[in-house]
Amino acid sequence: MSATAALSAHELWVGYPGRAVIEGLDVEIAPELLTVIVGPNACGKSTLLRTMARMLTPTFGEVRLHGTPVADQSSREVARQMAVLPQSPSAPDGMLVRDLVARGRYPHQRLLKPWSRDDEAAVEAAMRATDVVALADADVNELSGGQRQRVWLAMALAQETDVLLLDEPTSFLDIAHQIEVLDLGRRLQQQGRTVVMVLHELHLAFRYADHLVVMKSGRIMAQGAPAQVVTAELVEEVYDLPCRIIADPETGTPMVIPLAGRGR
Amino acid sequence: MSDLSTDRRFWVLDVADRLVRLPRRGLLVGTLLILGIVLVAGWALLSGDYEIGIGQVLAAFSGTADDPLAAYFVTEVRAPRVVAALVVGAALGMSGSIFQVVSGNPLGSPDIIGFTTGAASGALISIVVLDGGPAVIAGGAILGGLGTAALVYALASHHRTVAPYRLVLVGIGIGAALAALNSLLLVRASLTAAQTAAQWLAGSLNAMLWPRVELMCGALVVLAIATLAIARPLQMLAIGDDVARGNGVDVQRVRLLAVLIGVALMATATATAGPIAFVALAAPQISRRLTGRAVPGLVASALTGAFLVLLSDRIAVTVIAPDELAVGVVTGAVGGAYLVVLLVSQWRRK
Repeated sequence: MSATAALSAHELWVGYPGRAVIEGLDVEIAPELLTVIVGPNACGKSTLLRTMARMLTPTFGEVRLHGTPVADQSSREVARQMAVLPQSPSAPDGMLVRDLVARGRYPHQRLLKPWSRDDEAAVEAAMRATDVVALADADVNELSGGQRQRVWLAMALAQETDVLLLDEPTSFLDIAHQIEVLDLGRRLQQQGRTVVMVLHELHLAFRYADHLVVMKSGRIMAQGAPAQVVTAELVEEVYDLPCRIIADPETGTPMVIPLAGRGR
Repeated sequence: MSDLSTDRRFWVLDVADRLVRLPRRGLLVGTLLILGIVLVAGWALLSGDYEIGIGQVLAAFSGTADDPLAAYFVTEVRAPRVVAALVVGAALGMSGSIFQVVSGNPLGSPDIIGFTTGAASGALISIVVLDGGPAVIAGGAILGGLGTAALVYALASHHRTVAPYRLVLVGIGIGAALAALNSLLLVRASLTAAQTAAQWLAGSLNAMLWPRVELMCGALVVLAIATLAIARPLQMLAIGDDVARGNGVDVQRVRLLAVLIGVALMATATATAGPIAFVALAAPQISRRLTGRAVPGLVASALTGAFLVLLSDRIAVTVIAPDELAVGVVTGAVGGAYLVVLLVSQWRRK
C-alpha cells in the first residue's frame, strides 16, 4: 500500500440493489501519469471511474484522494483537487462557451465572492490549453462534437485540479477528433496532472496509456505498461476474441489484430 | 490580450480582489420591467369607480388627503391589491424558475406538473369538508402543494434520481387525477361552500386586504432570501447532475432544498390569491428570452412574474367593465396560448 497514489480504491464494492457491479476491487492510480481503463461493455470500468469521481456511492470500501478518504472531505474540497468529465454531458440551449467554462470555477467561488481575477485567469488558461478561445461566444450546442468535447474539457481544466477523470471522452468522435482529445490528455499529463480515462478503442488506449488497467466482470484482470501486460491470451480471455498482437508501426505499442473469422 | 478578457455583456466593477460583474442586458431589462410595474401600478391606483386624481393619490399616501373616502380607497383597497399582484407574481415567477432549472425543462413548472392543482385540492378540502376560514384555506393550499410534490417525486424517482421527463409525465398524470378530485369536491359541496370554492378556484385579487397581503410579503421575503442562498448551486444543476457533482455541488441536498422552497413559494402565492395559472410557466421563459440567458435567472423571473400578474389583473378588471374577470382567467387564456407556442417550438427543434 503506497501513500503516494494520487487516487486509490480499497476493498471497493459498488452496485445496485440485487446486483453488484464491482466486487471487492483494489486499485491505485499513480500520480502524474496517464492511466487508461479498458474492458468489454458492462465490465464495470465506467462504474469504477464514476465511483472514484463520487458520482456513485460504494456499498462498501472507500476511495482515497491523495491518501485522504473522499467520504471525509466536503464535495467542494474534492472538487478543488479532482475534476471529472462524465460521459456525454449536455448543456442547456443557448449557453455560451465562455459561460460553460466559467462554471468550472464553482468550487473556488463563494456566495459573496462570485467572480475574481483568479477566476478570469483560470478560465482564460483553460480555454487556451484546449484551443477554444475563438469559440468563446459560440453556443455550446451549435459546435461540432470535437469542439464541444474540448469545451467541456476546458470547463474541467478551469477547476484547476491536479487529478482529471474522463469517462469515454472520445465516444461519438471521428478518428481525427479522438486523436485531438487524446493528445490534449497527454499534454495535460505532461504538465504534471494525473489523468485517468475510460476508453473503448484498444489501439488508442494502448498507444496513449502510461498505465493500463484491464477490467472484466467488475475485476481487474491485468495492469501495468501496455507493452508489458497486453498479450493475445489476455485479450482473448477478456474480450473472448481470438487475435494476434502486433507492434504499432508508429509507436511500437501493442495493436490488436482480430483473427480472420469463419467464412473470410 | 485577446477578446476573452473583454466580455461586453458585463459592466465590471473592481472591488479589491473581487470583480462584480453586472449584466448590461439584465440591468436594462430589470429597469424596464420596474418602469412597467410603476406605470401599471399607477394606472391601478388611479382607476376605479370612485374617481381620484393623481394629487389625491399622492396625498393619500402622505396622509394629507382632504377626502377621507379617497384616501381609504387608495390605501386600503387599491394599494393592497397592487402589492398582492406583485408579490404573488414574483413568488410564482421564482417558483417557476426554480422548478424549470431543477427539472431541466420549461414544462417542469409547478402549474404543469400538478403542484398547483394539488394546492387547489388542499384549499378545496379546507373549504368544502372543513368549512374553514381564510387561514385554514391557506394552510390547506400549502399542505396540498407539499403533499402533491412529495407524491409526484416519490412516484417519479427511480434509483433515487428523478429524470425530467418522468417528473413531467408523472406530474401531468397526478395533476389530472387531482383535477378530477377537485371537480368531485365541487359537485359534492353545499351551495355556499361551492360558491366560495369556485370563487377561490378562479384565482382572484379581488377584496385583497392588508393583513393577508402583509403575511404574503413576509413569506416572500423569507423565501426569496432562501432562494438567493441556493441560487449558485441551483444554477449548476442546469449543466447536469454529474457535472454539478464533479464541481462540488451537493446535488441531492440542493435539489431537495430547491423543491421545498419552490413548492413553498407556489403554495403561499396560491394560498393568497387562488391558483393563478401559467405565470410560473411563462415568467421564467419570457425573462430568459428578454435577458438572453440560457438558464432563467431568479430576479428577472420574479420581476417578470410580478409585471405579468399586475398587468393581467388590470386586464381582468377593464376588459368587460363594469364587470370583472378573475385574474386567473386572463393568465390562463394568455398562458394557454403561450404553452401551445412553447410545445410547438420544442417539437420543431427535436
